[in-house]
Amino acid sequence: MRKSLIAAALGLKLVFASPAVFPASTSPNAAWMEWKPGNDVGNIASLQRGAANFMGYCSGCHSLKYVRYSRVAGDINIPEEQMEKLLLLPGTKKGDYITAPMSKADGEAWFGKAPPDLSLITRSKGPDHVYQFLKTFYVDPKSVNGTNNLALPNTAMPFVLSALQGVQEAKFRTVERAVDGETLTERQWDSFELSSLGQLSPEEYDAFVRDTVNFLEYVGEPVKAKREALGIWVILFLLVFTGLAYLLKQEFWRDVK
Amino acid sequence: MGAVSDTAAKTGFRVWLNKRLPVDEFVDSQLIGYFAPKNLNIWYFFGALALLVFIIQIFSGIFLTMHYKPSELEAFDSVEYIMREVEFGWLIRYMHSTGASFFFIVVYLHMFRAMIYGSYRAPRELLWILGMLLYLALMAEAFLGYVLPWGNMSYWGAQVIVNLFGTIPVIGPGVVEWIRGDYGIADSTLNRFFALHVIALPFAIAFLVLMHLVALRQTGSNNPDGIEIKEKLGANGNPIDGIPFHPYYTVKDTVGVGVFLVFFCGVIFFAPTVGGLFIEKPNFEPANALSTPEHIAPVWYFTAFFAMLRAVPDQQLGALLTLLAIVVLFFLPWLDRSPVKSIRYKGILSKIALTLFVIAFVVLSYLGLQPVNDLYVILARIFTAVYFAFFLLMPWYTRIEQYKPAPERVTYHA
Repeated sequence: MRKSLIAAALGLKLVFASPAVFPASTSPNAAWMEWKPGNDVGNIASLQRGAANFMGYCSGCHSLKYVRYSRVAGDINIPEEQMEKLLLLPGTKKGDYITAPMSKADGEAWFGKAPPDLSLITRSKGPDHVYQFLKTFYVDPKSVNGTNNLALPNTAMPFVLSALQGVQEAKFRTVERAVDGETLTERQWDSFELSSLGQLSPEEYDAFVRDTVNFLEYVGEPVKAKREALGIWVILFLLVFTGLAYLLKQEFWRDVK
Repeated sequence: MGAVSDTAAKTGFRVWLNKRLPVDEFVDSQLIGYFAPKNLNIWYFFGALALLVFIIQIFSGIFLTMHYKPSELEAFDSVEYIMREVEFGWLIRYMHSTGASFFFIVVYLHMFRAMIYGSYRAPRELLWILGMLLYLALMAEAFLGYVLPWGNMSYWGAQVIVNLFGTIPVIGPGVVEWIRGDYGIADSTLNRFFALHVIALPFAIAFLVLMHLVALRQTGSNNPDGIEIKEKLGANGNPIDGIPFHPYYTVKDTVGVGVFLVFFCGVIFFAPTVGGLFIEKPNFEPANALSTPEHIAPVWYFTAFFAMLRAVPDQQLGALLTLLAIVVLFFLPWLDRSPVKSIRYKGILSKIALTLFVIAFVVLSYLGLQPVNDLYVILARIFTAVYFAFFLLMPWYTRIEQYKPAPERVTYHA
């Protein structure tokens, strides 16, 4: 028990100690904060591409520990033999949960923080956040990984998609802002520029990220599309039921004077 | 209108049954023979709807307990297991989580009904107090249930709420430890909260609902005119302005149930988290003692009281004030000194006071959801004062204002 007390105390210390390290200041209304993926979990083709993206680029480190391969294949119409060829990691079976080959200890040793499970990332942070995260990596020589991120400053994650996106440089402007009567000089994000192109054009990279976010939103709640489809029938039934109940009520209440 | 079933139509089985169990007698006296005012309006749906939500919670809850695991290591995973792998588990879980919020929606509207039509006034004081006890039990039930998914907001919410007991002088710290069963929110806390949530409080609520209904049958329903229909009896000894609960109100409540379910299912199927209002985003991360959510707030139905708590600089006084905000409701029957019960006939001061009270409650609920800042603290203080003024000034403004005399008979247009 004593352990968890110490843990709690440490936790508070971490919480209070961390904010000072924000690098390029995230100005309150930066344009990237408004970026939205505009994805649709009903778009099966997009989910299929997203699944392939995830298995190809994310699954080495990130698990989807609540999701089974077979469930994904069934939900997004991937035939069994294709699933076995394209989705399954070596040594896994179709009924297995999608776990990452990297162990937690290795993750901590290599990155300082184990890569998180992504089953619920779009539910806890929202799909917008994940989209912004994958779009706002930029070159930062001061960072351990050589890159930094606007949506998650000082992220432990190296930018593994740079081969696709290319090398993205961030331009900052210096802004003076009055806070509590003092003038603070801040570096605010201005724009991005690709200093060298990757395998994908900017449009293709954007589509890549959208599909991946779409897949992660599906993974956050696999039943979402089915839930909404079923909901329409439930509401229609209830409207008919309520209409009939109302007529019945009128019939009974005619003799109340 | 006869209050007695047609005995000649009874088949052999019904005769056999009724000799052993007074089924017909119950129906005759409590449903057909119970006369309710004929002028009850839409505000009177919410009592029946609260009972409906209670039943929904019991049934969805039974199925959740079949798959949920009340342990620190398994709770969060078992909820995801229910959401993903149990057949229709997502529906059961969303019914239960949406049911919690809708329980408070209908109960708040039900309480507001009592406040506008003076349903708490004599002879219904005990009915009101039983209702208030139900409200307290519901708050406890909702809090305990909120901890069970063992998300990060469950954990930190439990931390904050349980620590409030630590502000009790002298015995506070001991009480907190006794509630948690550990030196922190831990496995033992989760276990006992589960026990209380699925057994102790549902039993308490069921018992209180029964008492609430028995007390209602004793005094009869109030109505929008706030007059007693029992004072005007017809030749058959029944109230002239009363109609049998069954079939008139059973069929009317069926319409109310239909409309209610459209909203209820609308949320379940199309917006189960209501943008983080019914299910908060941090609760999709497992409980973590090392990571506090950016902004800890209870679910919307407690935020009015949470705003009051934060409005007071001293934690002990804040906890006391929050407690008083609930306790003062118990005294409502004796604070209202108006000669009439219904807002229809009360004076302008009562109408203004009630409007301000509603505004205060809504604004406080909003403020409680937001991160604290200087302006919000000032607003919270102002509206906390309005909240209490509504009650504390009531004996004064209900007595001095001009009221209209209540009519002899209920207002009803067929």
